[in-house]
Amino acid sequence: MKGRPNNLSVNVKSRPVVLQLEDVTHFFGNLRAVHNFDLTLRQGELVGLIGPNGAGKTTVFNLITGVYRASEGSIRYEDVELVGLPSYEIIQMGIARTFQNIRLFSNLSVLDNVRIAYHPHAGYNMLDAVLRTRRFREKEAEMTERAQEFLEIFRLDTRQNDIAGSLPYGLQRRLEIARALAAWPRILILDEPAAGMNPQEIDQLMDLIHFIRERFDLTVLLVEHRMRLVMSICEWLTVMDFGEVIARGLPDEVRSNPKVVEAYLGREAVVVR
Amino acid sequence: MAKFKKPSVYFVAGSLLIFLVIQGLISTGTLNDYWKGIIFWGGAITIVTLGLNLIYGFNGQFSLGQYGFYGIGAYGSAYVTYHWVRGDPAAMVVALFGSLLVIGLYAALAWGLRRFYGVTVKARFTFYLIITILGFWASVVVLVPLLGPMMWGFFAALPEAVAQPLVFFLALISGGMLAGITSFLFGLPVLELGSDYFGIATLGFTIIVKVLLDNTDTILPFPAMKGARGMLGIPRWTTWAWVFGTLFVVIVIMRNLLHSSVGRAIVSVREDERAAELVGIDVANAKILAFVLGSVFAGVAGGLRAHDITFLHPQSFHFIQSFNPLIIVVFGGLGSITGTVFTGFLWIVLLEGVLRLFLPSGYETWRFVIYPLILLMMMLLRPEGLFGTYELPFLRAAHVAKRQAIAQKPEEVPV
Repeated sequence: MKGRPNNLSVNVKSRPVVLQLEDVTHFFGNLRAVHNFDLTLRQGELVGLIGPNGAGKTTVFNLITGVYRASEGSIRYEDVELVGLPSYEIIQMGIARTFQNIRLFSNLSVLDNVRIAYHPHAGYNMLDAVLRTRRFREKEAEMTERAQEFLEIFRLDTRQNDIAGSLPYGLQRRLEIARALAAWPRILILDEPAAGMNPQEIDQLMDLIHFIRERFDLTVLLVEHRMRLVMSICEWLTVMDFGEVIARGLPDEVRSNPKVVEAYLGREAVVVR
Repeated sequence: MAKFKKPSVYFVAGSLLIFLVIQGLISTGTLNDYWKGIIFWGGAITIVTLGLNLIYGFNGQFSLGQYGFYGIGAYGSAYVTYHWVRGDPAAMVVALFGSLLVIGLYAALAWGLRRFYGVTVKARFTFYLIITILGFWASVVVLVPLLGPMMWGFFAALPEAVAQPLVFFLALISGGMLAGITSFLFGLPVLELGSDYFGIATLGFTIIVKVLLDNTDTILPFPAMKGARGMLGIPRWTTWAWVFGTLFVVIVIMRNLLHSSVGRAIVSVREDERAAELVGIDVANAKILAFVLGSVFAGVAGGLRAHDITFLHPQSFHFIQSFNPLIIVVFGGLGSITGTVFTGFLWIVLLEGVLRLFLPSGYETWRFVIYPLILLMMMLLRPEGLFGTYELPFLRAAHVAKRQAIAQKPEEVPV
């Protein structure tokens, strides 16, 4: 499955744009973390965002998901302007993300971790919950059913009542992705998903990314340091350094771009290839 | 009708048994007034602490403000009944209908603000504050002459045996609502702070409440509260049935809420605020919900306490006291309803009952040496609290069985 040719990349321009960042600039105090950043994500794409440490990749993710509010520029999801919206609303619109270091609700059960993601769509209010109305019972059963179905897809169903923090690392990563996908987002943002994984686990992760992308009809934006992973699964790449885009294009083009080699890929590309 | 599950039946039956046994002991006079007072006090403290457990144990917001809300509820409901038994329904109308009006205005304002994203928290707070003042002012000017005589007439028509519990019930609700409104106004700007800073801010709140209670007859326009001299003449209406009933309702509300989507959202905020926000949970909303609900519990408990001792003094709501619920909640186990209930009663019975009576005379104050030692031992030997996160079966989340095998197995991840 590794590095399979991606027939999706044909007719790229004809697919509808789902996420568009235009001239996004962000300051931390006087430090310009992101400068005039542009990015266009089309339906179904798998795009990589790479760059050396401190280049501003995670800041871009945080700007998209509303953790920070962009100082300038616009971020549009379909026709909605995201700048200024609170995080939870952005997530509820259909953008999901994972974290560099796994952030599960580690004292809660595996099932509850997934069920929490359905909270915005719970369909009952506090009063229903306190009085245990029929609506509560129906919606709660429905929610549990959906969450369990999800855990089955991700092969976590046998551990649904386990405490999330007790799972091994690989399963925690998988649970985090399951939680992010539980509300059926249209865009999935993965922040260094392969961090701390061995080569075998990375292969599994690549298969997992391919699988969820087709199963859930996702657009995926990926930040990753592992060149092998990025080069083999991304359709095209954007390279950042010091908060600016220094190159973009197909993986092979990027690999040979002298600016990129200078900033970042030089050593690693030689080592990996 | 839903089929009742075994743990529910056991829980209700067990509770009923406890209620009847203690009621029996009280009716037969086996428990004298002193022990009766201890048990009622234990009940009130337990309710306050359950509120704190919701805020700190389940939502992760370290709060020292519980006694402030306890005081507001106590004074608020006592003021209502004090005037009611003296033939003046105005306080009742303002506390009850004024609060309802303000809550209604809050709902309207929240609905109006929901599409405006740029509004800062401080601006929101200002709007809510203005609306609160307007609401209570309007209730004094408009509702009192309008509803006062009507309400008085309505209750005069009821037989005394119905009217008195109903008035008490409404007074407790009023106390709870007043505490809830205050906590909403206070929590709106302050819950934004991180957990430790929030703790300090709530400590400040408790001190402010105590100072205001000291000056109710001078700075505040409530002469009947008599400031630092203490409020006298509150009717003694609290009975074991009231304490037990309130406690039972509070436990059931907490249990039902926590084991629902709303409760999971509250707990997820404790687990990881950032992660909760990024699975689509309105963190600010979850925090304020837990905070307000916890404060309402404290307010209602204050009402129960006030109508038991019939005398209120600001010193009882000193900020030093506000550590009591904190000690109980940690002692019993953070995030355990069972632990809080058990330890709440244990605390009062031990400290004010057993130790006070059985230490040799002249050495009663040594109980304040003994209990810190117990606390120290506890933290060294069992830091997770007496019960840890143990819950009675009824209070646990329902066990979810594995899904039935389905005809068509869903496509699975490649592993």
